Amino acid sequence: MTTTTGDVPFRILPRITDRNAHFWQGGRDDELRFQRCRQCGYYLHPPAVICPKCWSKDIGVEAVSGRAEVLAFSINYQPWMPGPEVPFVLAIVHPVEQDDLRLTTNIVNCAPDDVRIGMAVQVIFEPHVEDEVWIPLFEPAP
Amino acid sequence: MTESDELFGERRAVLSGIGQSDIGRRLYRDPLELTVDACLGAIADAGLNPTDIDGISTYPGGMENPAGFSGAGVTDVQEALRLNLSWYAGGLELPGQLGAVINAILAVSAGLARHVLCFRTVFEGSAQGTKGRAAVMPGGDSRSGGFRATGFMEWLLPFSAPSAAVWIAMFANRHFHEYGTTREQLAQIALNARRNATVNPKAIYRDPMTMDDYLSARMISSPLCLFDCDVPCDGGTAMIVSRRDTVADLRKPPIEVEAVGTAFHGRPAWDQYYDLATMACQDAGTQLWERTDLRPSDVQLAEMYDGFSFITMCWLEAMQFCGKGESGPFVEGGQRIAREGELPLNTHGGQLSAGRLHGFGFLHEACLQLWGEGGERQVPGDPEIGVACAGGGPLAGALLLTRGR
Ligand SMILES: [Zn+2]
Repeated sequence: MTTTTGDVPFRILPRITDRNAHFWQGGRDDELRFQRCRQCGYYLHPPAVICPKCWSKDIGVEAVSGRAEVLAFSINYQPWMPGPEVPFVLAIVHPVEQDDLRLTTNIVNCAPDDVRIGMAVQVIFEPHVEDEVWIPLFEPAP
Repeated sequence: MTESDELFGERRAVLSGIGQSDIGRRLYRDPLELTVDACLGAIADAGLNPTDIDGISTYPGGMENPAGFSGAGVTDVQEALRLNLSWYAGGLELPGQLGAVINAILAVSAGLARHVLCFRTVFEGSAQGTKGRAAVMPGGDSRSGGFRATGFMEWLLPFSAPSAAVWIAMFANRHFHEYGTTREQLAQIALNARRNATVNPKAIYRDPMTMDDYLSARMISSPLCLFDCDVPCDGGTAMIVSRRDTVADLRKPPIEVEAVGTAFHGRPAWDQYYDLATMACQDAGTQLWERTDLRPSDVQLAEMYDGFSFITMCWLEAMQFCGKGESGPFVEGGQRIAREGELPLNTHGGQLSAGRLHGFGFLHEACLQLWGEGGERQVPGDPEIGVACAGGGPLAGALLLTRGR
């Protein structure tokens, strides 16, 4: 089961729309999902209305493997708002399926000092079930 | 007017006056009053009267949220001074904060106005009160009430990253990783700013700072510590952009606009720009140097955005004062960027120590220095060429200025 365990911390959740629901609710089915152009295969994130590579509007949604690489990160010590206990790690990761596919996330289930650029990680979902949002976080890949 | 002046329309514009209100950590004064203080100061400095002003340009325009971010918009000042305007603009989808000044430059160059009043006022110090930055952050007071993240914040707030401090920290860390940059090198941006602030009577923080002070400060978001983050304040800054052919109306020899940079070629998001060790500034810098025969080595002072110290490092590289990735060695030891060094940097103390006037403070300082009005902090050698650059992440605008050439 790739969901976090224990108490779910407070988070400001996204407003769910038809355009972004696949991303924020994919975790219900344990899937990290992105828009993908049906014509040229390009993954789009954040969600869009047109493929920026071939200008097709024929865009679907697909699950990816959930494996990713850490491109950049910071160990945050400042409690800006209610949320996960500090220090926590904010990171930009890229899912392995496409070099310029990226998202900002948190790295969890490891000591902040152990996070490295280039590290292999995999998705894990933090369920906010009542709000119908599953936050995609990443943990070290086994 | 030469052929290249025809090609590069910004050369039809000059900066003719600057003004600044009282600056303070928390003034608790009407931000419109701070704004008009700065505006009237700039108008008088140019040798003009309010009735001479026929244009207004401001960043970010009038807006209520986040609190303290905008002290006044176009219509507030238009009404307060009862100005008859030939052209005006206020907004924030611009090449950085100084994009508002570049708009004014374009307006006078196009003949739409003769003297454009440009201003930016913040009162983030008062707005935050004693509650800190969280009080004015998107969602910062949203524990109850069902606030949901939208827009670009949708991709950041759910991960408890409401502040540019955390986003910029990731880029700084990437720079450290790719180029071997160190905290001791980054520290020089903050230490240099503080050295300059000690002789700026309007600076917020004027006590000397040592490397030990810097390295022992609490970490905000690694590798950025408290002293890598600018200090919220209250204050208004203004300047007048005039058409070059109005020079006879002006009190002092104007500062000429040699070139501007406004380009942005990457994806317009904090976390989607293709190169995570730089920012939009590299596109603006590249474009600026394509619009002039001057070279980076000609520049005698640089006033470059330091909302976070790492942004200045990006600007040093973007403006080609050093090679890509070489800003760490460039600032090492601090001598090169000191007032007596080869590239005096942030001579007023930057936003790190002089206060977060949000971009406009850098242009104000560049003009002040080029006019030789820096007082105790005046750069020696009668400098005639300087740059003012503002913006971080997906925001960037740059100006190359000359005087008396
Ligand atoms: Zn396509």
